[in-house]
Amino acid sequence: MNTMNFTLSTSTTIYEWLLGILPEGWENTANIGTMIVIALIYLAIFAVAGLYLVLLERKVAAWFQLRLGPNRVGFWGLLQTMADALKLVSKELTGTIKADKFLYNLAPYFVIVTSLMALSVFPFTQEFQAFDINIGLFFLIAISSIGVIGILLGGWASNNKFALIGAMRSGVQTISYELSIGLSLVTMVLITGSLQLSEIIEVQKNGWLIVQGHIPAVIAFMIYMIAGTAETNRAPFDMVEAESELGAGFHTEYSGMKFAYFFLAEFINMFIIAAIATTVFFGGWLSPFGITESIPWLGVIWFIGKTFILVFLMMWFRWTFPRLRVDQLLTLEWKYLLPLNLLNIVLMAVIVWLNLTIQF
Amino acid sequence: MDTTIENSNLKSEEYFINMGPQHPATHGVLRLLLTIDGEIIKKVEPDLGYIHRSIEKMSERDSYQQIVHLTDRMDYLSSHINNEAVCLTVENALQLEVPERVKVIRTIISELTRIASHCLWWGVMGMDVGALTSYFYGFRDREMINDIFEETCGARLTMNYNLPGGLMYDIHPNFVKRTKDFIAHFKTKLPEYDRLLTGNVIFQKRMKGVGILTKEDAISFGASGPVARGSGYSCDVRKHHPYSAYKNVSFTESLKTAGDSLARYEVRIQEMWESMSIIEQLIDNIPEGDYKVATKAVIKLPKGEFYQKVETARGELGVYIISTGTKNPYRIKFRSPGLSNLSLLNHIAVGGKIGDLVASMATLDLVIPDIDR
Amino acid sequence: MDLMKVNKTECMTNEALQNLISNWIPELTFTEEGSQYLNIIVKPEHLHQLMSQLKSNNDTSFDYLFCLSGVDWGKELGVVYHLESTTYRHTIVVKTQTTDRENPTIDSVCDIWKTAEFHEREVFDFFGITFNNHPNLKRLFLTDEWDGFPLRKDYVDEINMIIK
Repeated sequence: MNTMNFTLSTSTTIYEWLLGILPEGWENTANIGTMIVIALIYLAIFAVAGLYLVLLERKVAAWFQLRLGPNRVGFWGLLQTMADALKLVSKELTGTIKADKFLYNLAPYFVIVTSLMALSVFPFTQEFQAFDINIGLFFLIAISSIGVIGILLGGWASNNKFALIGAMRSGVQTISYELSIGLSLVTMVLITGSLQLSEIIEVQKNGWLIVQGHIPAVIAFMIYMIAGTAETNRAPFDMVEAESELGAGFHTEYSGMKFAYFFLAEFINMFIIAAIATTVFFGGWLSPFGITESIPWLGVIWFIGKTFILVFLMMWFRWTFPRLRVDQLLTLEWKYLLPLNLLNIVLMAVIVWLNLTIQF
Repeated sequence: MDTTIENSNLKSEEYFINMGPQHPATHGVLRLLLTIDGEIIKKVEPDLGYIHRSIEKMSERDSYQQIVHLTDRMDYLSSHINNEAVCLTVENALQLEVPERVKVIRTIISELTRIASHCLWWGVMGMDVGALTSYFYGFRDREMINDIFEETCGARLTMNYNLPGGLMYDIHPNFVKRTKDFIAHFKTKLPEYDRLLTGNVIFQKRMKGVGILTKEDAISFGASGPVARGSGYSCDVRKHHPYSAYKNVSFTESLKTAGDSLARYEVRIQEMWESMSIIEQLIDNIPEGDYKVATKAVIKLPKGEFYQKVETARGELGVYIISTGTKNPYRIKFRSPGLSNLSLLNHIAVGGKIGDLVASMATLDLVIPDIDR
Repeated sequence: MDLMKVNKTECMTNEALQNLISNWIPELTFTEEGSQYLNIIVKPEHLHQLMSQLKSNNDTSFDYLFCLSGVDWGKELGVVYHLESTTYRHTIVVKTQTTDRENPTIDSVCDIWKTAEFHEREVFDFFGITFNNHPNLKRLFLTDEWDGFPLRKDYVDEINMIIK
């Protein structure tokens, strides 16, 4: 295959390669084989990416606090999370006697599986997308709702008072803020007219959606960032795992690899929230004003770059603000964000109907 | 409290939680038994004694110079002021007049200790409420003060610089310059800290109207220091019963009337400004003279009872010595500000939520070795 | 030497206080010897009455109890209360003692000043003095199973105490 014309459509590439290997008539196996190979590749990349997000968080935290952060293990601390992962894998898996064994073991898998599933629909650049389903956005929101089950199961099955309180708080918080996320994304769908992620990016070739939608889009973005931070249980909404209060929240009783799943899932969720925002508000893999239109694979760099800026924004929030009390958190959602969101949808609908969007 | 299910009188919705001795929010080894109904606190009962070292009993067999060494392990964040309390009691009992130089230096170092203690308090306050970065900023400035102390007194936490009759050694030649540099630096930092934490709307919502203490309750519970001043009770020992060089400086007592956590917070920030103003008034005019007055090697207090109050960073520390004329005190009692301040925790936390308990306890600024002695 | 700054004009002198208080209860002993403040020595039976009058009377209004100490005087066990008035800023010391070392009992002043609750528990912990009408009289610093009262002069502990 000529490397200059290497098409970025990975699924077709792998499918054809597998078809070439297997004997005739095994198309179904080739299909399944494609899916398995893609799953393995994504798993590998994003597990490692999750680890490096943790390192980034530690470095960013250190810079805000006027110190250096990890810089001993590997050049500039790059091997630090590898060391941490090795440590976590080799830890003893403790468990309480009265914990419900099956649910206790099942809970982390809910959380990590849903996080990784959500990653499969993102368009990294033109045609570089694992699954381009026509309900892409809806799929993303639905998948993140399933993650809540993992948290509640983990808290309940630990048979520990603190874990239970933490899990209940977290469940309440996540369910409330999903409304805001869904509604702010619906606001943007009003412009694009489609839930399919590649279509959303096609529409943004006339200008990023946050520019096209001007006022209601900016409001939707701000609500989305607040709700997204709350979804992932990060500060200032991290009452759930407030270390200065009740221990570690719902994952108190987990250790070793299972704890690593929860921990990693939090960072991957952060990445997902930022990636959705990039795709829907900031043009995904498109370059501003189309400057590198002709080199498609640069789209990956644009996508990753924009996502990382939003991830940095979320980290910035964490290290600056104090945390909200649980009842203040819920008041914020139900009394302020939800009505604001609904009004915003009406406003956006009016603007689209009257053709007042800014197009380039 | 018997916390087994069979023997307690739990109603069906309430449950016990133990904020155990090792806990990030209780500053020191304090165990709190909380009875909670959902998120509302019904009762808070502290369990003390994890760091009880029987300082009062040990002092009954120690000489007065040795007692000074024990006191700075009580409230280790205002160690210099604790030492000063015992030294003043002994000096007043012996009717010993220390040189002016000693008084001025003691005052300057006390005020620096107060600023250092409040810096640490500010850092930990932010950390308890969730703004984890403030911890580092608070400690960074405290390090500068610790460096000044290390040069002059030789220690960073437990100073032992005072002794009955004066100071252990004279101040280091760099002391004046380094203190002035620190004041100039800190004056630019304190407004920055105000903007970071005090102006933040989330912080205000966590603190305003939380943990309200009325003035009558503050007086009845024996509260002192910034806790009482946040409720409007004017109790600054430096104003009402001045000691050392406080008669010669002018400063205002920080008083607020709201009585909630935000008021107590603002009182301490205001105190830091006042401390800097006191140091500025004294630092340029340290009188020349001796740094101590000779006392006998074995100090014997005359027969009688002696009481001295000082204002530590936490409140009013009292030293009560009953002496029968021998070289050890017959009975020495340290009136710790923390014990009275802790007794009102149940009163202000009941009816609030767990998050409010953490915020209120941070504004009470408890140091548990001070309570347990 | 004068450690007390007399700022308020209504602050009463020791003599005036002595004259006023001696009218309330018989058998009070007043002394200023060996102390900076006026000391009142009262019998345990009259303690509660004297204390509530000291707080409620408008001329004295001692509403701030700032130090409550237990003392083992050798033969007797006693408690020393340091009181201050927040309006007039005068200070007074009240002492009471009991010769009963097996079962010393003194009335509690928790209902007058709320700060007494913890301080009386401390005195109970270290001296063994029981306080009547105390809401929650248990040991404060030592564990519940501790045997003996450490701050008494006749306390013997081979393991924990180092005698010079």
